[in-house]
Amino acid sequence: MTTKELTEQGNTQKERENLLEVKNLKTYYPIHGGFFKRVVGNVKAVDDISFTIKKGETMGLVGESGCGKSTTGRTILRLIKPTGGQIIFDGEDITRISGTKLRKARQDFQMVFQDPYASLNPMQMVGDIISEPIKNFERRDKKELVEYVKSLLVRVGLPEAAYYKYAHEFSGGQRQRIGIARALALNPKLIIADEPVSALDVSVQSQVLNLLKDLQEEFGLTYLFIAHDLSVVKHMSDTIGVMYLGNLVEVASNKDLYSEPLHPYTQALISAIPEPDPKLRKERIVLQGDVPSPANPPTGCPFHTRCPMAQEICSQEKPPLKEVRPGHHVACVLY
Amino acid sequence: MTSKPNTSAQTPLLEVRNLQTGFKIDKQYYNAVEGVSFTVDRKQIVGIVGESGCGKSVMSLSIMHLLPKGIGKVRGGEILFEGADIVGYNEKKMNNIRGKDISMIFQEPMTSLNPVFTIGYQISEVLLNHQNISKNEARSKAVTLLKNVGIPRAESIVDEYPHQLSGGMRQRVMIAMAIACQPKLLIADEPTTALDVTVQAQILDLLKNIQEVNEMSIMLITHDLGVVAEICDVVLVMYAGKIVERATVEDLFEKPQHPYTQLLMEAIPKMEEEKERLATIEGLVPSVKDMPEVGCRFANRCPKAMPECMQITPRLEDTKGGHEVACLLYEESWPKERVGAR
Repeated sequence: MTTKELTEQGNTQKERENLLEVKNLKTYYPIHGGFFKRVVGNVKAVDDISFTIKKGETMGLVGESGCGKSTTGRTILRLIKPTGGQIIFDGEDITRISGTKLRKARQDFQMVFQDPYASLNPMQMVGDIISEPIKNFERRDKKELVEYVKSLLVRVGLPEAAYYKYAHEFSGGQRQRIGIARALALNPKLIIADEPVSALDVSVQSQVLNLLKDLQEEFGLTYLFIAHDLSVVKHMSDTIGVMYLGNLVEVASNKDLYSEPLHPYTQALISAIPEPDPKLRKERIVLQGDVPSPANPPTGCPFHTRCPMAQEICSQEKPPLKEVRPGHHVACVLY
Repeated sequence: MTSKPNTSAQTPLLEVRNLQTGFKIDKQYYNAVEGVSFTVDRKQIVGIVGESGCGKSVMSLSIMHLLPKGIGKVRGGEILFEGADIVGYNEKKMNNIRGKDISMIFQEPMTSLNPVFTIGYQISEVLLNHQNISKNEARSKAVTLLKNVGIPRAESIVDEYPHQLSGGMRQRVMIAMAIACQPKLLIADEPTTALDVTVQAQILDLLKNIQEVNEMSIMLITHDLGVVAEICDVVLVMYAGKIVERATVEDLFEKPQHPYTQLLMEAIPKMEEEKERLATIEGLVPSVKDMPEVGCRFANRCPKAMPECMQITPRLEDTKGGHEVACLLYEESWPKERVGAR
């Protein structure tokens, strides 16, 4: 990558505001087939997406299953190798770094996983689960470490005694709190929360959402909040990106996206949400069919196969994401 | 209470009276459903909402006699289907009802279809079991059913296997199977939870259409108040194995009366509202083993709890115009002998 040094320099100077910048990110999963297991195709899980997140803000990513939102999160964390594009974190290009450098960089970004039942080691004490990331990076006095972890537990709303318990002794919501404490342990700058509340009941969901908001204020955290539930994303985010089949089709501020959704997909998505108010039983835009397979995406606009407003050009050219109103980006030929 | 079979229009399609379903833990039974009574009328969509573990699924499994053998058991109460108590029915009698009069769709469209049989075979199976028709007739009926639930290329999909379909399509197949014999009651246990919102919208539309065309009743079990508001006529709110509130969907959302229902509604982020913080319900549902014997089961988490809530079990009573609630904040819920004493 020849432009790497250039962008690195450019970024440290002019874009200090942005904590994370994703440029033309691509993540393809190879499909192996045939006699020698050659690569016969690619699943374009993330196909050329760009966005930025400012310090202390929350970016929400919404989309249906298989749209690539989780892959985006994992690629940013470098848990998956990006196929192309750039990830610039706090002015530093982390797309190609590896080894010790990557390990060091990872202190600053942590993840909260979806399934609180699967993401905690059942054989470890909660205290050990939370202190493990710290032990990876720092040498700390044992007593001090225990105190610190206990204070984290209290901060996320668990009793100090939770330190000596095991994950199975907790309910789903409490486990998610443990997951959050683990993510907080290293004082990260960015937390990627991948569907953190989708496995939880509504009453518990609201507790966890409130906690995430409080922590953001207290520690000045930046979130990339990935979820399929639009109302949850709206509640949490400053900026929202809507993904469809590996593409970002619309990026706008929280308010604009809901008051004036521009992309037909966003409009359909918003109208599909059942509102908890029987008086609002509305005429919805019901999309026909299913999401096409990302292994064999349609040509042109990825949404044209289901779009109620599709024109002829939609099947030929893929519209780029462009700014049609201040701060409101959309990838659709209608604009 | 005698229960003679009676199919006149006056008897409700399904009436559950004081149902108690228990599970055996360490040789002792604990009730997961504790004295639940409700009715489902003809052509009605009844929603049952509650959080995980409140007993809503156990209730539907009790009706269908699908409780795990040797562990779960209906320990009391009656389930009257068209006036006949089906609690004591044996397997053979139940097989005549299941699929024909009452059928069920489950949450996981991925796991509730058999992967080794074609879709046509699985739909025909229901038809062949309950109707006196030939295999060929069953097959052509299966194709019609698939068309009715909005599956494209029904003629070829009938010969395909479940893994070749997407989640939404599988749920459509499940619905086709469930309505194959035009049941009078469809129990839908979280039918859209595993699906994406745009697909969920399709399935809800489909369920509603079929309900109108076939004139059947639906018992819809869900945790999503949005889904309830969308298609239900009457809603039951369950908490810890009991019904805490029952009302028409309009009344419930307009004026929720039970503190639990109120909190539940404030806890969901809503699209048209800007809110910094959401309402939360502190604490946890008591585990089935140490459920309080007397008193309101929500008392330990209720912000409006009074000392009496720990001692007096509230009764589910009509507060006004068919809106029933079990909470001591409402005089009607107090035991009869105590009403005047307040």
